[in-house]
Amino acid sequence: MTSATFVRQQLIAPSNPPASSVGTPAWLRQKLFGSALNAAATVISALILAALIWPTVRFMFIDAVWDGSSRVDCLEETVKRPVGACWPFIAAKFAQFMYGFYPADQVWRVNLTYVVGLVLLVPLLIPRAPWKTLNAVLFFGVFPVAAFYLLVGGRFGLPHVETRQWGGLLVTLVITFAGIIGSVPLGILLALGRRSSLPLLRWFCVVFIEFWRGVPLITVLFFATYMLPFFLPESWKLDPLARVLIGVILFAGAYMSEVIRGGLQAIPRGQFEAARALGLGYWKMMAFVVLPQALKIVIPGMVNSFIALFKDTTLVLIVAIFDLLGQLRAAFADPNWATPVTVLTGFAFAGVIYFIISFVISRYALYVERRLSTGVAH
Amino acid sequence: MDNDAPKADPTAAAPARDIRTTRNPIAVDMTGVNKWFGPFHVLRDINLQVKRGERIVICGPSGGGKSTLLRCVNRIEDWQQGRVVVDGVELTEDLKSIDEVRREVGMVFQQFNLFPHLSVLDNCTLAPMWVRGMPRKDAETIAHHYLERVRIPEQAKKYPAQLSGGQQQRVAIARALCMQPKIMLFDEPTSALDPEMVKEVLDTMVALAIDGMTMMVVTHEMGFARQVATRMVLMAEGQIIEVNEPVPFFTNPRHERTKAFLSQILH
Ligand SMILES: Nc1ncnc2c1ncn2[C@@H]1O[C@H](COP(=O)(O)OP(=O)(O)O)[C@@H](O)[C@H]1O
Ligand SMILES: [Mg+2]
Repeated sequence: MTSATFVRQQLIAPSNPPASSVGTPAWLRQKLFGSALNAAATVISALILAALIWPTVRFMFIDAVWDGSSRVDCLEETVKRPVGACWPFIAAKFAQFMYGFYPADQVWRVNLTYVVGLVLLVPLLIPRAPWKTLNAVLFFGVFPVAAFYLLVGGRFGLPHVETRQWGGLLVTLVITFAGIIGSVPLGILLALGRRSSLPLLRWFCVVFIEFWRGVPLITVLFFATYMLPFFLPESWKLDPLARVLIGVILFAGAYMSEVIRGGLQAIPRGQFEAARALGLGYWKMMAFVVLPQALKIVIPGMVNSFIALFKDTTLVLIVAIFDLLGQLRAAFADPNWATPVTVLTGFAFAGVIYFIISFVISRYALYVERRLSTGVAH
Repeated sequence: MDNDAPKADPTAAAPARDIRTTRNPIAVDMTGVNKWFGPFHVLRDINLQVKRGERIVICGPSGGGKSTLLRCVNRIEDWQQGRVVVDGVELTEDLKSIDEVRREVGMVFQQFNLFPHLSVLDNCTLAPMWVRGMPRKDAETIAHHYLERVRIPEQAKKYPAQLSGGQQQRVAIARALCMQPKIMLFDEPTSALDPEMVKEVLDTMVALAIDGMTMMVVTHEMGFARQVATRMVLMAEGQIIEVNEPVPFFTNPRHERTKAFLSQILH
């Protein structure tokens, strides 16, 4: 500029960005092949993906056996070609994988529980669906009780089904659900206690949390199943599954409390002060001002814990409770289905189920996180 | 808000709670208050009486203890020595006295401190509903009344993050007023605002002063102070340096610290 003064004569209207910097081709060029290193990484990743995907597709679909009634149908000698997954094995054992040894004529109770659970859960997860409070009360408060009576029976004309007969995905879901429902309130109380100004309460919570975090889940399950009965009076005979559930809830609650504590720490002091200045007492301040914000912040962390819990449930196998994976291993022992591909088929099936559920949970968490970060409330 | 049932308007009760008819002539009485943060002596022998309907403006250098003093009035901070009596209720360890005082004392913060997860309306109705036990309908009527008074009735459904700073601070004032307090505390309510928004907040406060609200205001807005203050207080190093009526305070400051402070701030 030659002159020291300048006065704009005409305002510049906004225009579109140049074509070379937008659209798919530009994106591809920039992101995938922007530099020699990027290009190499792209090619290598593509090769690895191909090396993984192709054998999977072959095993699961192309070479798979779809029809049959026994091990013979899944042998190479019979089908005269390389054999992939032996799906008839899964079909034959499907009921076991889903329900364990839950009596076949009572399985409708499990299915009904699933349906009710889903009908209540889905609208809870859709932000725009109305009656959130009622919905939450039904799902977190009423549904667990209803599910308990429906699954256990012995009341309302339903025959009693011992938890020893439960198994498969049913057990996996029951443990996960109970773990989630139990660990969140426990985690909230522990996190609040750990930040309390009462020293004794604070120390108790610290010791409690650190104890459960310091012990592996396997130990917790062992202790709950085999040691706990020695400590409790004779009359307190707890159901084996209930013992495991309590162990899982305490264990998951300790982890949950640390996640939630992170959220509490992120709430600015001003929020507490404003709430107190308005005259809100401790519990109302927590319930209406602090926790709604803190829990929102830690949704991703909580979902991580939920997924970890979902996968960890499989450890109950060591205390002779058969979740999906346990039921699977039991099925491997069946001589009727002993083939070279049985184990692989079983794990492929379990893997798909675990993957679908975990993937759905984590995608939903991602969606929630994005929603929150754009600052749209509710 | 239209009200077809005439007696259902709870704001009609608001003037009845007005300062002129309440029992105690002294709104805030601080005697010999001393406070330490660890070894740091932040409030030193504070003696201050605020009469009903008075509007005290507190100014002074940063770190002088102005916020801390204000926060002792609703016991958001506690103190080690001295007495604070608010509207005849002595603030003690007793949670009941603290709750009682907080119901009657509204506070507005420098950083607004609105609840970001609640709509403007819910920010305003939360305390009336859960502290005073008011039915939602009545709380909303009151909230609309005060939102109207701070001149943002049309923002009730929005969330704090969708408002400008000045609008947020006016919501914060409305939120405090919804508890129908007898005393309002303001801690630098315009310091975090862009210059063009300062006036809208000050106008709201002036209107409140004209209505006779008892106010304790920490601010460096000297124009506002001249306009509404009944008394000026200068604080520095944790102590009250000078107290005077606005005209002599500004035209004829007596303490060296006051002179120094005023010469800095008025230029
Ligand atoms: N929670 C606290 N802990 C320790 N020191 C504090 C705390 N709050 C304020 N202070 C100190 O007390 C002094 C007075 O603070 P404050 O009342 O905020 O002053 P002002 O509002 O006049 O600027 C400052 O030196 C500040 O650093
Ligand atoms: Mg301050």
